[in-house]
Amino acid sequence: MLHLINKSPFESMSLEDCLKYANKGASILLYEDGIYAAMPGTAVSERMAGVTADYKVYALKEDMMLRGVDKVMDGVTEIDYAGFVGLVEESKTASW
Amino acid sequence: MAKLMVVFRTSPYGTIYSFEGLENVLIMGAYDQDVSVLFIDDGVLAIKKGMDNSSTGIKDFSPTFRALEAYDIEKIFIDRTSMESRGLKLEDLVIEPEIIEADAVEKMMEEQKNFFMF
Amino acid sequence: MKFGLLITEGPYQHEASDSAYQFAKAALAKGHEILRIFFYSDGVLNSTKLMDPQADDRHIQKQWTELSTSNNIDVIVCVAAAKRRGINDDVIADGFKIGGLGMLTELAIEADRLVEFRA
Repeated sequence: MLHLINKSPFESMSLEDCLKYANKGASILLYEDGIYAAMPGTAVSERMAGVTADYKVYALKEDMMLRGVDKVMDGVTEIDYAGFVGLVEESKTASW
Repeated sequence: MAKLMVVFRTSPYGTIYSFEGLENVLIMGAYDQDVSVLFIDDGVLAIKKGMDNSSTGIKDFSPTFRALEAYDIEKIFIDRTSMESRGLKLEDLVIEPEIIEADAVEKMMEEQKNFFMF
Repeated sequence: MKFGLLITEGPYQHEASDSAYQFAKAALAKGHEILRIFFYSDGVLNSTKLMDPQADDRHIQKQWTELSTSNNIDVIVCVAAAKRRGINDDVIADGFKIGGLGMLTELAIEADRLVEFRA
């Protein structure tokens, strides 16, 4: 399963809600405001380090650039829209 | 026959998603498919008893959930932790969904041809 | 693969419509077929030709119209959601069609993948 997260973890429960149901090994794509979860050095970074140990976590490069986020924390893979489509080819998607 | 599911995960009235999600479920019932409905997170609040719209005029759509069976939609589930964490029990709800555990949700999604989240 | 897209947010207010547009372009570039793009809830507001953004910004309705007409993609605006929000045949732009909610069910039956862009 590919879980799509588009909300800031500082404002929304959507990532935590998704994690209650997502089985380990599932993919999570952070896009739109979701990418703030992957920004290094934040109040959620420690939590996210645990998430990246259990899930395949991706961040959408175009939305990072738009927001001036030039890098993501270790364990998160940057992908572009072609990569987003590639993930959808592999799995059904849930939009949280 | 395709397996299709609608997942309700937002509260009613604050936004329109659960109401328009319900309209979608009713239409799906007319297509003779294998349709399931699942309530998780704030979605469980959409089927709480005792709604009274007399002071606002916003359409109260909770009675329509009781009509789902008339639309041949009988597979209705609720996530236990979502319900309990909001202080609700089955008797607080306008319908009686089957209770499932959180770790069954993703598998249920995987089993569908496609599903919607409202 | 056969993709279906569901968009439930209006233009400009939320990034959902922009994300869906970028995703659609990337899917087509990879050779996928987009069976239908369905606009529901406030998503129906993407279809109005009365939209008139400032010149230095993207024109969301025109982007969809261009994508729809140049790739022959079925772009449907839900009639029930549209009526509620003042969208009808008088204001709908080229490339969009008003259609019943059943077309969303049909899309879910036929598509290999359904991707929702929402708030």
